[in-house]
Amino acid sequence: MFRTALRNVLAHKARLLMTVLAVMLGVAFVSGTLVFTDTFGSAYKNKSAKSFDHVSVAIKPDGGSRDDGQEAKQPDRLTDSLLTRAGKLPGATSALGSVSGFTALADKDGKLVGGEWGTTGANYFPGKDGKDPRYDFAEGAAPKSAGDIALDSRTADRTGYKVGDTVRYSTDGPVKTAKVSGIFDTDDGSVVAGGSLVVFDNDTARKVLGKSEYDEIDVKAAAGTSETALKGAVEKILPKDTEAETGASLKDEQDRMIEQNTSSMSQVLLIFAGIALFVGIFIIANTFTMLVAQRTKELALMRAVGASRRQVTRSVLIEAFIVGLVAAVAGFALGIGVAVGLESLMNAGGASLPDGPLVIGPTTIVTALIIGVVVTMLAAWLPGRRAAKIPPVAAMNSVHASPTMRGLVVRNTIGSLLVALGAVMLFMEDNYVKSGGAATILVGVIVLTPLLSRPFIAGSGPLLKPFGVTGKLARLNSVRNPRRTASTASALMIGLTLITAMTVVAVSMGSAINKMATDSLKADYAVSMANFQPLTPKVHDKLAELPEVEASSALRTTWGEADGRDTRVSGVDPKSFDKLVGLDFTSGSAAALKGDSALVDKETADAKGLKAGDTVTVKFDDDKTTRLKVAGVYKPNEMIDGLFTPTPIVTPHLSKVQDQQVLLKMKDGASGKAEDAIVKALGDNPAIKIQDKDDISNEVGGAINMLLNMLYGLLAMAILVAVLGVINTLAMSVFERKHEIGMLRAIGLDRAKIKQMVRLESVVISLFGAVLGVGLGLFLGWVAGDSISGTVSTYSMEVPVGRILIFLAIAGVVGVLAAVWPARSAARLNPLQAIKSE
Amino acid sequence: MTTTTSFAARATQVAARATDLSKVYGQGETQVVALDHVSVDFGQGEFTAIMGPSGSGKSTLMHCVAGLDSFSGGSVRIGDTELSTLKDKQLTKLRRDKIGFIFQAFNLLPTLTALENITLPMDIAGRKPNKQWLEQVISMVGLAGRLSHRPTELSGGQQQRVAVARALASQPEIIFGDEPTGNLDSRSGAEVLGFLRNSVRELGQTVVMVTHDPVAASYADRVIFLADGRIVDEMLQPTADGVLDRMKHFDAKGRTS
Repeated sequence: MFRTALRNVLAHKARLLMTVLAVMLGVAFVSGTLVFTDTFGSAYKNKSAKSFDHVSVAIKPDGGSRDDGQEAKQPDRLTDSLLTRAGKLPGATSALGSVSGFTALADKDGKLVGGEWGTTGANYFPGKDGKDPRYDFAEGAAPKSAGDIALDSRTADRTGYKVGDTVRYSTDGPVKTAKVSGIFDTDDGSVVAGGSLVVFDNDTARKVLGKSEYDEIDVKAAAGTSETALKGAVEKILPKDTEAETGASLKDEQDRMIEQNTSSMSQVLLIFAGIALFVGIFIIANTFTMLVAQRTKELALMRAVGASRRQVTRSVLIEAFIVGLVAAVAGFALGIGVAVGLESLMNAGGASLPDGPLVIGPTTIVTALIIGVVVTMLAAWLPGRRAAKIPPVAAMNSVHASPTMRGLVVRNTIGSLLVALGAVMLFMEDNYVKSGGAATILVGVIVLTPLLSRPFIAGSGPLLKPFGVTGKLARLNSVRNPRRTASTASALMIGLTLITAMTVVAVSMGSAINKMATDSLKADYAVSMANFQPLTPKVHDKLAELPEVEASSALRTTWGEADGRDTRVSGVDPKSFDKLVGLDFTSGSAAALKGDSALVDKETADAKGLKAGDTVTVKFDDDKTTRLKVAGVYKPNEMIDGLFTPTPIVTPHLSKVQDQQVLLKMKDGASGKAEDAIVKALGDNPAIKIQDKDDISNEVGGAINMLLNMLYGLLAMAILVAVLGVINTLAMSVFERKHEIGMLRAIGLDRAKIKQMVRLESVVISLFGAVLGVGLGLFLGWVAGDSISGTVSTYSMEVPVGRILIFLAIAGVVGVLAAVWPARSAARLNPLQAIKSE
Repeated sequence: MTTTTSFAARATQVAARATDLSKVYGQGETQVVALDHVSVDFGQGEFTAIMGPSGSGKSTLMHCVAGLDSFSGGSVRIGDTELSTLKDKQLTKLRRDKIGFIFQAFNLLPTLTALENITLPMDIAGRKPNKQWLEQVISMVGLAGRLSHRPTELSGGQQQRVAVARALASQPEIIFGDEPTGNLDSRSGAEVLGFLRNSVRELGQTVVMVTHDPVAASYADRVIFLADGRIVDEMLQPTADGVLDRMKHFDAKGRTS
């Protein structure tokens, strides 16, 4: 049996090529993902493990650090005296105190380095030898005085700063300058992850970062003292609310986190690999169906001479096994290339991953092989069963058994039931049931594709008319084997369904956010800290004085309770608030906001039965309460919610007076000149972010677009596999219709027309898949939008007509490209060879 | 042989002519001569049968004259057109406009109806069929009631009648048949041959047919016999028995030589 199967595989090498390619691509995607995430994870772990070299026991505040500055004061815990005591413990050689915090470093153009979260400032804590083990200076020297700053080498590369340059930075407010004293390499986690790090001398760091105590004290054990023993010693001197942890357990924790991150990344990638493999199943099934159909006589003969049904099925499955194994091995090799490619792609994208040797785990190899073999055999199972049903008498008949109508009746019934079931599920409340319904409909439509292919392809008639007889033949050929046309189109449909649905949601989301920004914000600029920390009130004071500013208000936001309901409370300037924010009032108005009054969002108002003219009791963080008159009730959205009240009402309740944001309306609207004026007024401060409306909607929209492009990239794999499917189907069609094509050549269809015929068939099938996919995608987008509009108030479904037309055009091009090779081989057929009777 | 003179008079007009036609496969030791300097005329309005044992080159001769196969030497003319200088595209156009084909394995397109199959060559050329002629052809082959049927719904004989109608419908200068009755039972075969003969007698069509069946050959006006790539004999107004005798003679000669 095995030998027959092997011979068969070898005999049909060319026809199995596309199948092998499809499986190979899927397996390459899977193994590439696994190798990449393993490699990345282990490189990351190795790198970050080094950053624990100097830590035997770490002392940390219990329950996280406190750097928000808003809390009431607590007794110092990680003080210098604790540090000194810890360093002198028996078994300890040294102790190191570390502080770190947000530091905005300006590049040579005055722009913030490292994005909103990326730049970290830390202290240089020289040990007994005068060196800090965390930082390894490549150039220059460690920072020694208040005017010194050191940069990590990648940041230095990125910005072009050299030792001796003067740089500008800011931590909470004013801009400071410092001289670059040195450039260092480090294994610090945030730098390994691609962030940037600057280092000050210990005193300066604590001052500019506003740290009264250390964030962490790391004690290093002397030779011969175990971490656990040292931990025991440290625990005896621990102040209240602090805890000690060994370096090993810190490292474990870090490893766990890295593992979590890489595994969630690999999960996302594997989902797309799964889609590509799923699409591949259609191609495999098509190929094996054809191979079985071609061998009807041979298989019947085997049955006639005594092979059992089971043996026939098994011979097909063994063939699938061989094909799957070959494809999986090739795919695995390609996958290693994919992993290397992914890494350099990500590095090119600015992610700068740590270097490390490729990690190819045994599980990766086993997974790749199993997936390749199982997927292929699974897809070949149905054709294999069909092969077993061939009656022995077929060996004597020359007529091929044509696909029975009964099969399609059963199929159509199942498909209709699935679609109906899915439709019912869509009307359920539960979101999981809903998405299950959407998936069920998708599967139902795949099952129904053969049925749908007839009307669609009949409908394409008028479009094919200009091509005359070749158009007609192409149309008729594409409905000739509805199952095969259907599974070819389905492969393309799946990718396009997902792409369209995602595009619809993303585009609708983007414009919802845009609408939100334009509708609710009348201000031209919103000024805030780059790291979303609060601003000092001085920012508003300075900006209000600018001659270009027409109206301005700080948003002095804190948390409180309105009639016992938790809510944000923002102090605003009642005179200009109406000019800066556009709210949709259900009762009252912003103009009524005067003195002891407040604007209340509708959710709170509804919960507490408030309307304009009522009184609301507000309890602040300091446990004091104020009674405010409700000036108006407005509809909140994701950008604006909570209570608004005049600033003087909020200020007395704050332990530290800070503003969340400053809103500005300019006399001449937003312009480059206006923005320059604001930047200048704030002393060109890299820590402060100035955004106009476009920036605000781009902030979210840009992220959405980036995500969408990534998804396009990942789904391109599924499309590529689908294209292989189209090529495969066409090649099979050409092969099966050799005689016909030969006859057509004999009676006068020239080579160009033969090519055109194959090409048109390809385009018809591709467009069929594309139209189905786009249609289903729009439907799924609509379903998803239904649940989104519940959370994003301005969401309404938008049909990205332009992009959809592009998708369809791409499908057409895909059709033409997929036909290149089959069309050429069809045109090359020798009419004499083709019409010769068997 | 009273018909010979009238036939000879008509034969002055030549529909297709092969002169010194050679076809050689392979080179050196493995060289096979399929056609060895064959010269033959196919007269207009004449029904010619080409006969010969397997490997005699009869099919090759037809394929070369019909513009389906290339040849190594000599020349072939269809009407006034010399085939040896034509490129594939021009050859295809020539086959489309001037030649009709009937094959052994019917070779109809299963996706098209009988009528669509009949008009296919004209559809390819983008020509409108001559309606009157088309009706005449269809009624002659007796397909009037089956025009909307697909080939799978027709019997073998009916399918071959569709093929005959297809060959006739475009009024080609010459029709080539490659064992047109090879796949048919004797009654259907006789019908098809009858149509071909009628098309020659009544419509003035030129038909060249390759066959190995003496009964089929007896429908022709003239039989030429091929052996080893050469024309070895010719028979006018053949009968089945006469052809069979002649064939036996060649077989015996082939065996003794």
